[in-house]
Amino acid sequence: MSFCIKPENGKDKVMFLTSDDLSSPSTIKLKDDEQFDPWEQHGLVLPNGSINWNCPCLGGMASGPCGLVFRRAFTCFHNSDANSKGSECFTEFSSLTQCFAKYPNLYGSKNKSSTSQPTTTSATTAIADALSSQT
Amino acid sequence: IDDFFTLKNIVDSGANVAIVGGGFLGSELACALAYRSKENAKNGKPSGKIIQLMFEKGNISKVLPEYLSKWTSDRVREEGAEVVTNIELVDASLQEGKISLSYIDPKEPRKTSYVTTDHVIVAVGIEPNTDLAESAGLEIDPDQGGFLVNAELQARHNIWVAGDAASFYDIKLGRRRVEHYDHAIVSGKLAGENMTGAHNPYWHQSMFWSDLGPNIGFEAIGLTDSGLQTVAVYAKGKFNDEGQKGDSDGNREQKDAVPISNSNVLKEKTSETRPTTDNKNAYNKGVVFYLKDNRVVGVVLWNIFNRIPIARKIIKDQQVITDFQELAKLFNIHQD
Repeated sequence: MSFCIKPENGKDKVMFLTSDDLSSPSTIKLKDDEQFDPWEQHGLVLPNGSINWNCPCLGGMASGPCGLVFRRAFTCFHNSDANSKGSECFTEFSSLTQCFAKYPNLYGSKNKSSTSQPTTTSATTAIADALSSQT
Repeated sequence: IDDFFTLKNIVDSGANVAIVGGGFLGSELACALAYRSKENAKNGKPSGKIIQLMFEKGNISKVLPEYLSKWTSDRVREEGAEVVTNIELVDASLQEGKISLSYIDPKEPRKTSYVTTDHVIVAVGIEPNTDLAESAGLEIDPDQGGFLVNAELQARHNIWVAGDAASFYDIKLGRRRVEHYDHAIVSGKLAGENMTGAHNPYWHQSMFWSDLGPNIGFEAIGLTDSGLQTVAVYAKGKFNDEGQKGDSDGNREQKDAVPISNSNVLKEKTSETRPTTDNKNAYNKGVVFYLKDNRVVGVVLWNIFNRIPIARKIIKDQQVITDFQELAKLFNIHQD
């Protein structure tokens, strides 16, 4: 049994419904989606095959002062068919590391006492993470 | 962040804290500080009293319909904070190293009450800084405050405004100003796009959320003004008196143990069966629809999660809705 309640002011209506009340398919038909919504959450790769630079999995690396450099490196990596993936992208990745070094406040490692290595590691980790989360 | 650490140390020292303001910040703080103070007490550490004072009748009353706002205040009290509602703060003074706050109930203006505390957090809202408008000749919205911009977030040629300070035209929901994180992200991106030649209006609805302690959390989207007409559907089932457990994994699926009767018939009760605020589990899980002209303009997902895309679609479609039971089905409120 379910019931609804209208409080005194009548403005806020409340219904308490059981799972049986809500079990049958809804009669409400939502409109067909006209277009591809660029704002909706998509994975790493968009339906048209291009890379979704807004993917949260990229950790925001595609934006900011090194954003374009990152995109070049990542695109190379993404398209790489080599056995050691991304091995032919050395130039792009070293440009990326150089860019990171210019903005230590933005791209520095969280572990302040580390050597210069971690910057590369975190970038590579981000890329590795991004790829492993790709479905 | 520094404020956060300062506050953490204050609470851990066992000092008493008063929070003025019943909105998101005040309520989230009240729950968090009360919880921490309680945990400290359990572990034999110093523990102070947390009290929240507000002008309104209940927490988050600008968004939540009155019955839900009052119910939420009860839940905040259960977290361990004292919640004083419906009062007007009239004075604050320093007495012997402690702060004395005096307040009145506007219905009894002659009677003054007092609260003594060690620290006061004032969380009564913000105003957009529109100083630039004067020198730059930009329009300010007299109703909502902020820089008045069009649907593409443009104030004038080559000037765009995004985030909290922008009063913009939402092509589905009308002129608004939104002070939430996701809106800042969405509007920032849109302004950026438009600055580089796109001419896109604001139409992808941003969302917001709040967590009040471990037992209440909600996500919301669209126009969620408690002044609007609302219709809410809450999950009812044969479950025992059990509040939500700590994390979402603790939610149990409601199982209806009673044989199925004519459960599709809704009986409208008279006003003597008001939603009781002392019924602890009544509003445990559900969805609240905010309406304008029988169309859904806003949705609050109450203790159910990951359903914002459905809500966004419903708001985008702007169809006239007459049967909210059918609409509620789209949200699967009985499941996690």
